[in-house]
Amino acid sequence: MNDVAIAGVAQTGHESRKDNMIYADMVFDVVTSALEDAGLTLDDIDSVVTVSNDFLDGRTISGMAVGDASGGQDKNISTVEGDGTFGAFYGLMRVLSGYGASIVVAHSKGSECDIRYVTNGMFDPIYQRLLGIEAISASAMQAGEYMQRYGVSEEQLAAVSVKNHGNARNNPYAHLPMDISIDDVMKSRPIADPLKKLDCGPVSDGAAAIIIASPEIAAKATSTPVWVKGVAHCAEDYMIGDRDLAVPVALKDAARRAYDMAGIKNPAEELDLVELYDAFSYMEPLWLEGLGLAEAGKGMSLLEKGVTTMEGSLPVNPSGGVLSSHPVLVAGLVRIIESVLQLRGQAGERQVKNATSALAHGINGPCGQSHCVWILNKDK
Amino acid sequence: MENWKDTVEIITQEGQIAVPYTWWVGDTGSRFLMALRDEKKILANRCSECGKVYVPPRKNCGQCFVDIDDWTEVGPEGTVETFTIVHFNYPVQPVKAPFAYVLVKLDGADVSLLHLVRDDIEKLGKGSRVVARFSENRTGSILDIDSFQVIEGK
Ligand SMILES: [Zn+2]
Repeated sequence: MNDVAIAGVAQTGHESRKDNMIYADMVFDVVTSALEDAGLTLDDIDSVVTVSNDFLDGRTISGMAVGDASGGQDKNISTVEGDGTFGAFYGLMRVLSGYGASIVVAHSKGSECDIRYVTNGMFDPIYQRLLGIEAISASAMQAGEYMQRYGVSEEQLAAVSVKNHGNARNNPYAHLPMDISIDDVMKSRPIADPLKKLDCGPVSDGAAAIIIASPEIAAKATSTPVWVKGVAHCAEDYMIGDRDLAVPVALKDAARRAYDMAGIKNPAEELDLVELYDAFSYMEPLWLEGLGLAEAGKGMSLLEKGVTTMEGSLPVNPSGGVLSSHPVLVAGLVRIIESVLQLRGQAGERQVKNATSALAHGINGPCGQSHCVWILNKDK
Repeated sequence: MENWKDTVEIITQEGQIAVPYTWWVGDTGSRFLMALRDEKKILANRCSECGKVYVPPRKNCGQCFVDIDDWTEVGPEGTVETFTIVHFNYPVQPVKAPFAYVLVKLDGADVSLLHLVRDDIEKLGKGSRVVARFSENRTGSILDIDSFQVIEGK
């Protein structure tokens, strides 16, 4: 792949109710901050990709409603309805096709609607939606399948929630920094078995923006560039009953392609940190297996051996992950932003020492139907 | 700096996107729903390339990228592949919590059907045998299967 840099990043704090900002205010805030972070102006930008969902926003063509706030006036602006990592993929492709720099900006406010209606709407309207199925119950079935297949216990998965909420204590942007125990997770309210309240990420309000730039624009920027080394996304069957929910084949495909592109032979050795989309506690070990960092059914062993803690050789979700902040759609972009901050050495209290290579991951669709994997590096 | 909330009242606007839809379910879907409604039968179809039996039936096999036109009947019994007991309610659910969602591998099918279990949810487990219970008043909908019932002793 030709050289492409991430030259600027910004996010709002993520919280349960942003009553002082409408969508456009959040978008304006993070776009302005990302430009400032990069030391660039709107004159350096010729492509804008907004990320939003019409049902979440309660308006059609929701991207256009933030066109002005995203800096899209007089620019080539388009929208991705999906996770921010997929929006970033589009922004990257535009730079690879000759644009100088893309702003990619995602926003959502879970507080302003009932997200269960929105995730119910992603299921087939004839065969599934009338059953009331939504993201939490579908994910609970995936968790159950994974646990049954490999003999993983609820207590084991609770440790993921403890780690990630704990990591969030060092992240000033996190929604739910928490000092909790496995017992707290086990005793939290049952939602959909085996998922309990503390196995589930919150629904947050937030926004995030990144600037993806050609080497020429990156050279103008005052920030330390982080380079995109590999990226891929893959999807599997739409109907969850067609899939083996305990084996994330789309993630395996996406990871293999991204590693190949980045020239990574041994990801466990060559990566310094992973930021993955852990909307629920079980997702962390399952996605680690999909990423080829653990064998099938052995994802939990990485945390149990201390590999994925802040002190370990491959910290996973130093930011606290999606379990501690879940602005829907925005969350994948936040994984990229956290990776950039880590590689720049700007992650403050949660800094992973000597981080040079990071993996950021996002998902779309029920139970991780599709996955997007980014490999980022400090060096070109 | 003074708190903006001291000087401004927070005003919210309520609303919803309420768009009526009338989805044509297609010829394959119509045949499936007619069989549920008129015959209390669960129809599936088999891809002639890979042999996979799909339920609900599909017009095409996404794996082989070919048309499917080989009909077969599956169920009404099947095996629970995975399930969840749901503890919360919101208005789209057709039953009150607690109830269970199941992915059922119907006898004769190669993929699982998503549906729900109302009764005896405490007896559910992976591998449980279940059977479709049909609704009294059937209208040509997936809810013409009222729910799946746990088969005792299996
Ligand atoms: Zn086939």
